[in-house]
Amino acid sequence: MPTRASGLLLFQGTRPAARRGLRVPIHKEPALSQPLLEVKHLTKYFPGIKALDGVHLTIRSGEVHALIGENGAGKSTLVKILTGVYFPTQGEVLYEGSPLVLRNAIDAQKAGIAAIHQEASMFPELSVTENIYMGHHLTHPKTGRIDWRKMRTETQKLLDELELDIDSNTLVKNLGVAQRHMVEIAKALSLHAKVVIMDEPTSALSLREVEDLYKIVRRLRADGKAIIFISHKFDEIFEICDYYTVLRDGKYIGEGKVSEASIDSIVRMMVGRSLDQMYPKRNINSGRTILSVKGLSQLGYFSNVSFDLHEGEILGFFGLVGAGRSEVMRTIFGIDRKTAGTISLDGKEIQIRCPSDAMAHGMAFVPEDRQEQGVILEMSIAKNITLPQINPISRFGILNRKKEKSITETYGSKMEIRAAGWQVDADTLSGGNQQKVVLAKWLATNPRILILDEPTKGIDVATKAAVHQFISDMASKGLAVILISSELPEVLGMADRIMVMHEGFLQAEFSREEADSDKVIRAATGNASGGGVA
Amino acid sequence: MKGIPSFGKIKQRRETSLVFLILLLLLVVTLRSPGFVSIKNLQRIINDTSILVMVSLGQFFVILAGGIDLSVGSIIGFSGMAASMLNEAQPTLPAFVVLLVGVLIGTAFGALNGALVAFGKVPPIITTLGTMSIFRGITFVLSKGQWVTAHEMTEAYMLLPHGNFLGISNLIWWGVLVSTVLYYVSRFTRSGREVFAIGGNKTAAKFVGVSERKITMMIFTISGMVSGLAGVMWTARYAAAVNETATGFELQTVAACVIGGVSIAGGSGAVSGVILGALFMGIINNALPVINLSPFLQLFIQGAIVLFAMLINTLSEVRRGKKLLQERLA
Repeated sequence: MPTRASGLLLFQGTRPAARRGLRVPIHKEPALSQPLLEVKHLTKYFPGIKALDGVHLTIRSGEVHALIGENGAGKSTLVKILTGVYFPTQGEVLYEGSPLVLRNAIDAQKAGIAAIHQEASMFPELSVTENIYMGHHLTHPKTGRIDWRKMRTETQKLLDELELDIDSNTLVKNLGVAQRHMVEIAKALSLHAKVVIMDEPTSALSLREVEDLYKIVRRLRADGKAIIFISHKFDEIFEICDYYTVLRDGKYIGEGKVSEASIDSIVRMMVGRSLDQMYPKRNINSGRTILSVKGLSQLGYFSNVSFDLHEGEILGFFGLVGAGRSEVMRTIFGIDRKTAGTISLDGKEIQIRCPSDAMAHGMAFVPEDRQEQGVILEMSIAKNITLPQINPISRFGILNRKKEKSITETYGSKMEIRAAGWQVDADTLSGGNQQKVVLAKWLATNPRILILDEPTKGIDVATKAAVHQFISDMASKGLAVILISSELPEVLGMADRIMVMHEGFLQAEFSREEADSDKVIRAATGNASGGGVA
Repeated sequence: MKGIPSFGKIKQRRETSLVFLILLLLLVVTLRSPGFVSIKNLQRIINDTSILVMVSLGQFFVILAGGIDLSVGSIIGFSGMAASMLNEAQPTLPAFVVLLVGVLIGTAFGALNGALVAFGKVPPIITTLGTMSIFRGITFVLSKGQWVTAHEMTEAYMLLPHGNFLGISNLIWWGVLVSTVLYYVSRFTRSGREVFAIGGNKTAAKFVGVSERKITMMIFTISGMVSGLAGVMWTARYAAAVNETATGFELQTVAACVIGGVSIAGGSGAVSGVILGALFMGIINNALPVINLSPFLQLFIQGAIVLFAMLINTLSEVRRGKKLLQERLA
């Protein structure tokens, strides 16, 4: 199965062209014209780190240019330089052939460079109109008074142009994620941007919304805008982009036409080696039922969720953002209250009122947002790892340092955490190593059931592989693992059984054998189910 | 349809429910004491509340940007004392010059707060907690603990709030003036809208080129300026400058904002809500003696109202969130 081996191909089933040749002719080639924006030998130092080291980037009008690289490759730094947030240490940015100095966000705006940010940077309490015009409100020329009527009509014009069904008076907090993105794009247009930077624009969108976004991207391209498209998803790159530039460790690796590239060639450029084996193979020997959930509901979030979990099994939970997967797990772990349903352990019904109940029953939960919920950045690695066990390792309220040290060493080295020592603070670690700390922490509690919520989100490919290996090892030793992931290849590659959720309901269940990307995606988007539960 | 707020939207607004609440309050008090809702008495209440309205609107800008100004009471105390002493020492000086001096003192103190927050990076609550004591302290130093009383003030000085125009007292006109100017600033100037931006999403504000320093300086300066004005009005109105003037007043201004629906996290709120919130506080204060509740209960009731308003704010947010979710799931 070549597609699964390549691993990173997402949503392949719905994009036949991408599956067949991994080469997608999209539209006729734009004629090579003078570059609109040229980045030359760009270097940016931060104390102790070379974030960018002689990077090049050449963008022409009317092209969609993919900026590709792993986390930490320097994409965000480059974007921040182009939008005037950082000032480069060395190198230059040329705009239509002449040097451009970007000292702040306003300079970038004036130059016609606009970024649509990863975490939508908007003002939730203000109207769509005002979000679009914040920082450059339209005013009456004489009085300097803000001209609300003009701003509203202009906004409505922009929204209509993009064929968006959004009222300019709506408060942004009442808009969905996708609509917010569209408003950000409208904002870029209102600034007469010629270069539009999109930083992972699809990460929180549903499939239909992604299609809408593509439509707008194509329209911008037809209007002669240059678009820098940052994405981790190869299907998107092959669907929408014309050219690509790859960065690795802050260095320029190469560029080319997307139509002449393949996933393998790009991955090789990204990681410096080929990734033929992404997911560890493993003999499945799932044992008896350990956890049994029946009719679990939480009003407004999910309802009637039932499933069994076996020893030594990896149970995958797939669904779109907002499908209710994390909420189910939070409820099982006692963080949120259930409104109906039962949870049984080893055949006996148990009551879980708070996380410490769940931990006492041998459960461990690695949450999705490791900075907010997982790692305590101001604490040392050792303290982080032993945090859930402060009681067991202390006597009469006094911490047993020796025990703390031995636990940390055992699990820290098992997870291969790379750090100067166990006493350094967690905030000095890279994202991947922080994730390892979180895993080590829960592993050290010797759980029987391990719940992982997006364990590889935002970490680099090498750490990802280590985490996958770790999950497989644990399952082989009889641990029951629940794996929530929004990355389809990860679920398909890792899970023994896959539960698919859609808008708060369990939509389908697939065994490893019967699951393929097409069926799973259909179920996740609420289309005809292929599996047993429905 | 677009642009015209539907009835549903009007019903949802905090201002609407506040108007109803105020009417209800007036009704209840009238049942106990029929004379309460006379034109004259209402004018008296509004007159009493004008100072609170002004200072609350200054506080509003600070809270809107995500800060808080605890020093407003002390600024009122100092500028009131300084203006009164100037008036006593130089009775020939025109009253409006004395007024200007009071306003300038408040402005300078506000700017000092702003500078500490904007350039010294001291959190607003700590900055103004410190300056609250400092400003009160130098009031005592300046006055050597002495008061300025009615017979030491000039007629013209006391007429600043007490005179009237078109049958309405000057103090109310001052309140109307401050409200109108600050309404205009909040709605129709770029800087005013940028306060909403800073309070709503600091990072995003930076990305669109809003200067946090400039806005921070501006809001604390505005707050100080209206407090300076309020100090002059306060001492002239009560014809006495004491060292404890407006002690604890900061609580009332915060209360007016919270009741008026201003988010304490910043980013949302409106001048109209704050004015209504201040009027609500004013009516409560005036109604207590009328309905035979001890004025000693006033502080207790103020505190309870703040907490209650805060609870309502949070609960309605939670409910809104749940409703949105259910709509999504439906």
